[in-house]
Amino acid sequence: MSIMQDSREATMFGRRTDGTPIRRPLSPHLQVYDMMQLTSALSISGRITGVVWSVGLLVLVWWLVATASGPGAYGTVSWFLSSWLGVLGLFGLTAAAWFHTLNGLRHLAWDAGYGFDIPTTYKTGQAVLIGTAAMTVLTWLIAIVAWAR
Amino acid sequence: MATFTLPKNSTVQPGKTFKAEPGAKNVKSFRIYRFDPDSGQNPHTDTYEIDLDKCGPMVLDALIKIKNEVDSTLTFRRSCREGICGSCSMNIDGLNTLACLKPIEDVKGDVKISPLPHMPVVKDLVPDLSQLYAQLRSVEPWLKSDTPPPPDGERRQSKEERAKLDGLWECILCFCCSTACPSYWWNGDRYLGPAVLLQAYRWIADSRDEATGSRLDALQDPFRLYRCHTIMNCTRTCPKGLNPAEAIGKIKQMMVERDS
Repeated sequence: MSIMQDSREATMFGRRTDGTPIRRPLSPHLQVYDMMQLTSALSISGRITGVVWSVGLLVLVWWLVATASGPGAYGTVSWFLSSWLGVLGLFGLTAAAWFHTLNGLRHLAWDAGYGFDIPTTYKTGQAVLIGTAAMTVLTWLIAIVAWAR
Repeated sequence: MATFTLPKNSTVQPGKTFKAEPGAKNVKSFRIYRFDPDSGQNPHTDTYEIDLDKCGPMVLDALIKIKNEVDSTLTFRRSCREGICGSCSMNIDGLNTLACLKPIEDVKGDVKISPLPHMPVVKDLVPDLSQLYAQLRSVEPWLKSDTPPPPDGERRQSKEERAKLDGLWECILCFCCSTACPSYWWNGDRYLGPAVLLQAYRWIADSRDEATGSRLDALQDPFRLYRCHTIMNCTRTCPKGLNPAEAIGKIKQMMVERDS
């Protein structure tokens, strides 16, 4: 990161009525702003699911390496991923991957110049949430059916 | 760099409560951020109980009533009281808006009021906007043309060319949008923010302006333009119903089009 000083520092300098210097307070931001409104809530979710998906890729790599290493290592991975914690984690990864993909499509539309008005933004946002739930459940239904055969 | 907590000198302490006069039936509490540079104390929240039966409908009416009748030390900016001067922008009930355009009855429960977020506080609800003004100056928000105007005096535009400026010229520079943007909170030293980028696009989109190329050059920067991550808080909060996010999107598109 840059070591350049924040140019806003200069505006933090103030004076009292008697002329003595004072450092001005910074007004509240996250502390007061409604971050649960759909706009910012989905934005931060996009960031978080991106990180989660990256961690999921490490899990995939772990599984692949174990598969190549032999029955012992593969057994360990299989034991963990089929434990309740492992299944819960995989379910979370599925949801994160679907959310990130669907929200990514939303960003693609914005970058192409579509859907900037607030009613459309809310409609597409809700569609992403519903789509994430539906696709996650569908993915697991298909997986469970495939396992059961 | 992003710091999610407030500095030590900025954390907000509990304050006083100014009770409503006895017999008041329709009482609403206004919880207002106070900071007095002369006190040597941290900011605090004072609570004012107001009888809505004796108060105008807008949040600004309540602020003026408090200043006139309850506590004359309360400091805030206001001028036109009809949404055209942009002075009374502040955070009300978790969203930035103009106090003069925000009906009190739209707020459920106590009305929480604080200055525009993540800004240096001069006093109470008055933030220092000089960084935003400096950034506005940096996009040179005026007509730039090498061609002299025609001898009959006016630079003509077609109706279609003029229509491109609708939704841009109406901005009153209240900076509700810029101070609603998390990207501007964390990177406002170098990111121009939605209000200033909307102004930049207002001149890029003007058919009479001949500096489009150099205007785009000036924005071709990882921070000035591209810290916009389409969070959409700007458009969501604009009290004039404008769309800064769309203006920024159009600038990004022009960047792609001219490079391809």
